[in-house]
Amino acid sequence: MKSAAKKGSAVKKSIAARGHNVSSAMLADRAMFVRLETLRLARICGAGHYSSTFSAAELFAALYYAHLNIDPKDPDWPDRDRFILSKGHAAIGLYPILADLGYYPMSELDTFTRLGSHFGDHPNMKHIPGIDFSSGSLGHGLSVGVGMALAGRMQQRDYRVYCMLGDGELAEGQIWEAAMAASHYKLQGLIAIIDRNQLCIDGHTEEVMRVEPLEQRFRSFGWEVQRIDGHDFEAILPALGQLKPAGTGKPQALICDTIKGRGVKRMELSLQWHVANLAGEDYDDAEAEIRAGLRPLAKRGKKRGKN
Amino acid sequence: MQRASQGQDAIFRGTAGGDVSLKDEVFKDKKSVRGTPNASLPAFILGEELADLADHDPRIAVLTADLAVANRTNDFKRRHPDRFFNLGIAEKNMMTVAAGMASCGLVTYAATFASFCAILGAEQIKTDCAYPGMKVRLIGHHSGMSMGFYGTSHHALEDLAITRTIADLTVVCATDANHLRAILRESVDHPGAMYIRLGRGRDPEVYPTVPKAFRFGKAITLRPGKDVTLICCGSVVRASLDAAEKLAKHGIDARVIDMHTIKPLDTAAVRKAARETGAILTVEEHNITGGLGSAVAEVLVEEDRIPFMRHGVPDEFVPVGPPAALYAHYKLDADGIAKKAKALLKS
Repeated sequence: MKSAAKKGSAVKKSIAARGHNVSSAMLADRAMFVRLETLRLARICGAGHYSSTFSAAELFAALYYAHLNIDPKDPDWPDRDRFILSKGHAAIGLYPILADLGYYPMSELDTFTRLGSHFGDHPNMKHIPGIDFSSGSLGHGLSVGVGMALAGRMQQRDYRVYCMLGDGELAEGQIWEAAMAASHYKLQGLIAIIDRNQLCIDGHTEEVMRVEPLEQRFRSFGWEVQRIDGHDFEAILPALGQLKPAGTGKPQALICDTIKGRGVKRMELSLQWHVANLAGEDYDDAEAEIRAGLRPLAKRGKKRGKN
Repeated sequence: MQRASQGQDAIFRGTAGGDVSLKDEVFKDKKSVRGTPNASLPAFILGEELADLADHDPRIAVLTADLAVANRTNDFKRRHPDRFFNLGIAEKNMMTVAAGMASCGLVTYAATFASFCAILGAEQIKTDCAYPGMKVRLIGHHSGMSMGFYGTSHHALEDLAITRTIADLTVVCATDANHLRAILRESVDHPGAMYIRLGRGRDPEVYPTVPKAFRFGKAITLRPGKDVTLICCGSVVRASLDAAEKLAKHGIDARVIDMHTIKPLDTAAVRKAARETGAILTVEEHNITGGLGSAVAEVLVEEDRIPFMRHGVPDEFVPVGPPAALYAHYKLDADGIAKKAKALLKS
């Protein structure tokens, strides 16, 4: 497929100048779009990674509509920022954004997961323009990012490399091999975006395999760390804005406290919706709830073990 | 007891061929050896050859996992320090880093012991190198049982079986120094990921010059013959040629084929050998399950049924011993291979 379609939505045109004058309201609209498309695509195959995608919806929107230095008309632009979705199972939320930005027609997504489709549950860089690296096996993405950052240094390009990690996958040893290598090589242009949505498949991360204290752990590995509310654009945008450019300093981690399943109440911090299917009235209810926008949370999940 | 503090220099001290008695091993060295005796190791040209290639190609980068001395990538580092990356004892990370670099247009060579390359890192090879089609050249050195008395943890007798089942991965075995030079030169522009299997750097010479005819997937017939074909690869090619000479003295005219590329396999060469010589013995320093012998057997079973035997390491963990003693133990020296060939022809 690799030929990027030029058809973009009205929304895309209005945000053509990324990084400039993108309002939180606009980004909230795109996060809603991510959630709605996730519902639609999951229905095609009868199974979807809803909750892991919902926790990252605001982060996807902020990165792709307000931050990343990319050109949908030139997906292989050598100086572009790289984005690695290490938690590849959230690709169902990334595909619609790439279509919306014009990497390929939105109609391509109608084939999602069907025989021969370019769009599987996990992203394939050989088939999908805009996907910088294939993923699916957890724990690999940060190493890919180290490689891309080293390559950028070798080739004297000043792009940044963003790697979105799930919190559950932090149990993979390779993440920490990469974290060590990133600080050893002073890869300031490598940015780990950690979707700290609190749950892995079998339960709360702190019960299945404790990942906290995350800030201390990354700092002790030689990283700069910010910790923010990953659903609040008023927190996300300044944090992204504070990131340092590529250079020879500490790699940078953005720990984003999120709620797995955020946006559909029954899914929030529930273990039942990691891979699931919404049908009938449940689908309609979820859609209506998403369209109503994120409601404020009275209190955040009790299992967050901040340090 | 062997003192662990002797370090990896001892890897290189056994003799590559001939019998090694216990007495010889213990009393051979009259003085201590510190570090790796570079001067005595002309065969391991990996770092120098890559550095030569890198002189003319800015895409080439080299990675290792704390083995820059053992695999001579320090020779590359000396000449191209900005393109050399030591990732420490973290092989999985190294392979994925190499893939990430390749995704930015580089051609990356990532070297470590074969056991920690193709076995420890099998999933990284599959998922991050082969599946996305990255130009990563994974170099597994000290393959087979060439680490002898270091034991099973350091042996790689399963790597061909693992790698040859990975789609879009080229799998090639270096026979000697000049053959490795040919592989490296051809590898730069070869599409997709590649696993390059090396011995321990003292592999006996087969090619006195760099084989100009070298192509991936194209076997090299080293010796004509009409009675039986020895299809071999890597460290046992020299022994197979020597075995053919021994067989000749018994009136058996053996063909010898260096089947350096395990994947894609030169099936035409296998079928031609089957037709023209009527019997095939495969010889490999690998578990006889899943490696070169299995690859050839697949062709023969589907195409040409002839007397056939696999010769290699049986499906067992190898006992401790110096490499040369192990080759003799498993009849992977010239005498042993010749005996196997005769047994095949009698069967």
